[in-house]
Amino acid sequence: MKRAGFTSAWLPAMLLLPQLAVIAIFFYWPAAHALRSSFYLQDPFGFGETFVGLSNFTSLLTSAAYSRAAWFTVFFTLIVTFGSLSIALLLAVKADKVIRGAKTYRTLLMWVYAVAPPVAGVIGLIMFNQSWGPLKEFFALFGWDFKLGVNYFDTAFAMIAVSIWKQVPVNFIFFLSGLQSIPKSVREAALIDNRSATGRFWDITFPLLAPTGFFLLITNITYAMFDTFGVIDTVLKGQPGNNPMTLVYKVYVDGFRGNDLGGSSAQSVVLMVLVLALTVFQFRMIERRIHYT
Amino acid sequence: MTRISLASAAALALFANAASAQTEISWWHAMGGALGDTVNQIATDFNASQSDYVITPVFKGTYEEALTAGIAAFRAGEQPNILQVFDAGAATVIAAQGATIPVQDLLIDNGVDFNIEDYISGVRYFYADSEDKMIGMPFNSSSPIMYYNVQALEAAGVTPPKTYEEFETVTAPALVEAGYIPLAQSHSPWIWVENFMSRHDLPFATNDNGYTGLDTQILVNSPELKMHWSKVKEWRDAGFYEWYGAAWNDNQKPFEEGKVAIWMGSSGSFGGLSKLDLPFDFSATVLPYWESVTTEPKQTFIGGAALFAMSGKSDAENAATAAFFQYLTSPETQVMWHKETGYVPVTTAAYEMAKAEGYYDELPAAEVGIEQLSLPAGEHTKGYRMGFYVQIRDVMNREFGRILAGDTSVDDAFTVIEAESNELLAKFAQTQG
Repeated sequence: MKRAGFTSAWLPAMLLLPQLAVIAIFFYWPAAHALRSSFYLQDPFGFGETFVGLSNFTSLLTSAAYSRAAWFTVFFTLIVTFGSLSIALLLAVKADKVIRGAKTYRTLLMWVYAVAPPVAGVIGLIMFNQSWGPLKEFFALFGWDFKLGVNYFDTAFAMIAVSIWKQVPVNFIFFLSGLQSIPKSVREAALIDNRSATGRFWDITFPLLAPTGFFLLITNITYAMFDTFGVIDTVLKGQPGNNPMTLVYKVYVDGFRGNDLGGSSAQSVVLMVLVLALTVFQFRMIERRIHYT
Repeated sequence: MTRISLASAAALALFANAASAQTEISWWHAMGGALGDTVNQIATDFNASQSDYVITPVFKGTYEEALTAGIAAFRAGEQPNILQVFDAGAATVIAAQGATIPVQDLLIDNGVDFNIEDYISGVRYFYADSEDKMIGMPFNSSSPIMYYNVQALEAAGVTPPKTYEEFETVTAPALVEAGYIPLAQSHSPWIWVENFMSRHDLPFATNDNGYTGLDTQILVNSPELKMHWSKVKEWRDAGFYEWYGAAWNDNQKPFEEGKVAIWMGSSGSFGGLSKLDLPFDFSATVLPYWESVTTEPKQTFIGGAALFAMSGKSDAENAATAAFFQYLTSPETQVMWHKETGYVPVTTAAYEMAKAEGYYDELPAAEVGIEQLSLPAGEHTKGYRMGFYVQIRDVMNREFGRILAGDTSVDDAFTVIEAESNELLAKFAQTQG
């Protein structure tokens, strides 16, 4: 067998260089900076600094506000991930069956994908507006006095609803193409074995969708933890007050709004460790058990 | 071909000439909407008033965003000549000696007459250092005042309350009876902590409210403030006060809609309110006080923001900045700014000028902010200076929201505010080490 390869070591190195440079400049260098400043307290203008060891980290552990944000992030991530995946799956399964006007349905379902997170947040602000929001008025019919920005739970509800709404289309696209790649022969064989549509779904379709589902699970967790920033920022209108916020938003609030560079660097180091753990989990634990066809 | 390049060379030469003749400076600010239009107007007028300098204002978002952008730019060596920094960011920018040129030095070095006594008393020392040297040029200066819906108060048969006792026993019940929500306010830390302290002449922090040292401790866990917030919570439960969230406009809106009868906001809101077509007449008066705390209420702190001359610029550009500051503090510019926006004129001369023009006979409410700032000063009314104050305000806002939502008690909330604020102050002291 003929082995294809480079004759010298130079060319591959040169070809890799741009990519490596991008990673080094835009990822490792800032990460190293964040790591360094997490051990210091620094004057915002850069005039003075004090080495404080691990105290930026220990003060996170004792901070009630930080643990509230951490717990909120956990719940928020779970609900947004589960909500957007399950709604998208349901829609994809139903859309898969539609024959007439299928393209129109699908296009309409994917539409929201084009909405930028801050715009989605603004739409949320309009829908949930305190004095005239349509959804607020709808909830009032059931006796729910919805108060965005005043009530912790209501604000959390609005953030979660907007984040799910924003994420459903992406998941929908992936699930739909996943469904369409299931071979017709498998489906027909299943049809003979089992007459119940629900049964067929859980026994055949769902396991075959697992690779797609797993990929989406990871991207949705990342989305809920990091990419919802724009939604949260808009819903909070620049005044966090007693409202819920995620850990990423807290990095911004403390670092960019509050100018505490050391404290917020420590928080971003914690997040880096979390992402690292998520990646290890993805590759070590689950990739081995899920078979991509 | 030759002709074209000759023509462009000539154009280039002209352009270069124009550029060398005029010194260009930049001004980063946080004045959006109608305020931004007025800022642009001031810049245009300044540019038209002389031919040596050109100033370009740039809108940088909210106060917090403008400060952050300025800091980031400074660290990258790309800072503007003038940066607008708000009250809560004052400690950060003033502590970073070397980041700015004290405005007093800038003006004197460039041959502009400067006398701190020309500034009205409430404005004079807020942006000054511990030796009373003015560091930042007070620009949009405001104070919290009490706006009211004239028809609502008439319908209820009451006058604007002078004290919180009067509000609680007379004004609020009558307004509820008349079908109004009696009270809302737009900025809890500013109105019901900071200015609560100055109005009642209570110490806000150790080290002379933080002016004389970095090892400052906040003094908010006080019986007076806790009493006030217990009352606020009671009022909310009784329907005397409604809270619409931590964002400014959420609380101003119900007043504009005529639902809320009395709204505590900024004297700088005056211009915006007068331009609206409100379904009622509004007027304003000074903030109430607790008679049980003091019988001699004092002036309030100035709020709003100041302009700081950033360091690291050429002498020519600094001269341009000084010339602009001189233009900005001229009585004519001050009166124009005052009338357009409702922010107070910062110099006595400008105040006298507005008075002489009969402006306050026409609109008495426009004078309330400056009247309140000109009330007798007390021991603790000069201002406050605390690092990481933006975060301290966020802590207050969070805990006040929790009090009002019933998630925490007043005692616990103030214990938390005190502890977290002191932790932030200690951290800030370390950043200066």
